[in-house]
Amino acid sequence: MTPLFIAQIVLTLFVFVMLLGSAAVMVYVERKVAAMLQQRLGPYLVGPKGMLQPLADVVKLMFKEELRPKAADALLFALAPIIAATCAFAAFAVVPFGAATTFFGLLDEPLRLQVADVNVAVLVIFAIASMSVYGIVLAGWSSNSKYSLLGGLRSSAQMISYELSYGLALASVLLIGNSLSLSDIVNRQAGTWLGVLPRWFIFVQPLGFIIYMLAGIAETNRAPFDFPEAEQELVAGYHTEYSSMSFAMFFLAEYINMVTVSAVATDLFLGGWHGPFLPESLGWIWFLVKTGAILFFYVWMRWTLPRYRYDQLMTFGWKVLLPLAVVNLLATAAAVLYFQ
Amino acid sequence: MPTLNHYLLLSAVLFAIGTAGVFVRRNVITILLSIEIMLNAVNLTFVAFGRAMGSADGQIIVFFVMTVAAAEAAVGLAIVIALFRHRESLNPDMFTQLKW
Amino acid sequence: MIIFYVFAAVAVGASLLVIAQRNPIYSVLLLIASFGALSGLYVMLDAPFVAVIQIVIYAGAIMVLFLFVVMLLNAPHEETEADERRHILLRSGPLRFGAFLAVVLACELGWALTRGGESGVFAGGSTTSVAAIGRSLFTDYAFAFEVTSVLILVAMVGAVVLAHRERA
Repeated sequence: MTPLFIAQIVLTLFVFVMLLGSAAVMVYVERKVAAMLQQRLGPYLVGPKGMLQPLADVVKLMFKEELRPKAADALLFALAPIIAATCAFAAFAVVPFGAATTFFGLLDEPLRLQVADVNVAVLVIFAIASMSVYGIVLAGWSSNSKYSLLGGLRSSAQMISYELSYGLALASVLLIGNSLSLSDIVNRQAGTWLGVLPRWFIFVQPLGFIIYMLAGIAETNRAPFDFPEAEQELVAGYHTEYSSMSFAMFFLAEYINMVTVSAVATDLFLGGWHGPFLPESLGWIWFLVKTGAILFFYVWMRWTLPRYRYDQLMTFGWKVLLPLAVVNLLATAAAVLYFQ
Repeated sequence: MPTLNHYLLLSAVLFAIGTAGVFVRRNVITILLSIEIMLNAVNLTFVAFGRAMGSADGQIIVFFVMTVAAAEAAVGLAIVIALFRHRESLNPDMFTQLKW
Repeated sequence: MIIFYVFAAVAVGASLLVIAQRNPIYSVLLLIASFGALSGLYVMLDAPFVAVIQIVIYAGAIMVLFLFVVMLLNAPHEETEADERRHILLRSGPLRFGAFLAVVLACELGWALTRGGESGVFAGGSTTSVAAIGRSLFTDYAFAFEVTSVLILVAMVGAVVLAHRERA
C-alpha cells in the first residue's frame, strides 16, 4: 500500500470519471457548435448559457421506460450495450495524457499519467477497436427488427473495412516512432526543429494523419460516415429498439470512442503533452487543448458535410483509403531506410 | 507459479475438447469452431515451449498458425455458404452423396 | 497462480460450452470468451505480442466472420424433436463415442506431455520483445512470411469465388 499504489488507483477512478464527464461535455459542445454553424442559438434555457443541458438529457434518459421487443434475445439484447461501453472505456486505459509527475513531491517516484503502461499500447488500442464491432453487430441481431439488423450489419462491415486503413496508418507512425509504447512515441516528439517547428509527427506524416482521422471517423460511425445510423434511411440503425439507459450506453460509447480516437491522434501525431510556454508537469493542459481541437474538428465535420451513401462509403474505404494507406506505409519505409 | 506442465495439460484438455466437438456436433459451423479450439490449444503449446526454451521461435510459429487459421476459416465458411444454398441445411449428414 | 487457474477455468469452461450449446451464436460468443482467457495466458507467458494479435485476429476478425455467416444463414435447429428432449450427453450413437474418445485423448495427451524430463519450471525473465520477433520474422523466416501473404491472397480469392451466387 505504498503511496504510489494508492495514487494509481485514484488515477484510474479519476480517468473513469473524467471520461464520463467528457461525454457530457461533448453532448453540450456538439449542440452548441451545431447551433453556431447553423446560425441559431442552441441550448440556452437550462443553466447559464445552457451548460446544464447534458444533465437534463441524462435525467430524461434515466426516467424513460426500458423497453425490450418480445422476440428479442434477452441475453444478447442486454449484453450488446455493455460490450460497446466497456470497449470504449477500455481503449482509453493505455492512453497517456501527461508527463510523469510526482504531484509536487508527494510521491516517492514519478507516477505516469496513464492507467496502464503497456509496452504494446498501440496494438492494444487496435485490438479493443476491433472488439467494439461486437457491441454493434449483436445489438443489430438481437433486436429482431429489420432496421436494426440492416443497420448493425452495415455498421459492422464498415467498421471492419476501415480497421485496415486504421492499422496501416498506425503502422506508418510506428516506423517513425520506433516503439509500440505510446509514452515513448510522445516523448520522441519533444523539442523543436530549428527552434521553431515542433517535432510533431504530423509534419513528418501528413498523409498518415489524414488517413488516421478519416479511418477514425469511420470507426466511430460519425458523419460523414454515419449511414448505418442515418435517421432518414434507417430510423436509427442498430440502436432503434433500445431506450433509456441502454440507449444512453450506446450514446456514451460513441462519444467516448470519439474522445479516444482524438486522444490517440494527439499522442501519435500532435506531440501529446509537449508544448511551449508551460512546464512539463502542466503538459496535460496542452493535451486537453489539442484533443479539444480534434474533437471540435469532428463536430464541425458532422454538421458541415453531407453523408456518404453506403456503397460510396465502402468504395471509399477499400478503393481509395486502403491503397493510400499502403502507399503511405511504403513511402515511409523507404524514407526511413534512406535517411538511416 | 505455473510450470510448463500446467500449460501443457491445459493445452491437452483444450485439444481434446476440440476433437470431441468435431465428432459430436452435427452442425458444420460448430465443427469449424471446434477446429479453431484445437488450433488454439496448439498455439498455447507453442508459446509455452517457446517461453521454456527462451526463444522467440514459439511466438513466430504461432503468428503463422494464426494466419493459416484465418485463411482456413474464410475458405471453410465460403464452402459452408455454398453448401447451404443447395440443401438449406447445416447438418453434415445431409451431404453424404457426391452428386448435388 | 490463482490467475492461471482463473484463466484456465474460463478457457476450459467456455470451450466445453461451445461444443454443448445448441444456438450457434452463443457458441461463437463463448469461443470469444475462451480466446480472451487464452490471451491472458499468453500475457502470463511473457508473450504480449501474441496476446494482442490473438485478440486482433482471432477474436476480432475470424469470429466476426463466423458471426456474420451464422447471422446470414440463420439456419434451423440441427436436431430432431425426439432428440431434443434428451440431454446431449445421453443420446446414443456418435455423441457418446465422441465424448469417450475425447476423455481418452485428454488422458493420453496429458500423460505424454508431462512425463519425463524436469518439472519444467520456467527460466526467469526472458521477455522477447516485439522488436526481436520482428527481426527474426523478417530475416530467418522471411520466406515463410512472403508465402503466408500469398496464402492469404489465395484464400481471399477462393472465398469470393466459392460463395459467389450465379446471377441466373
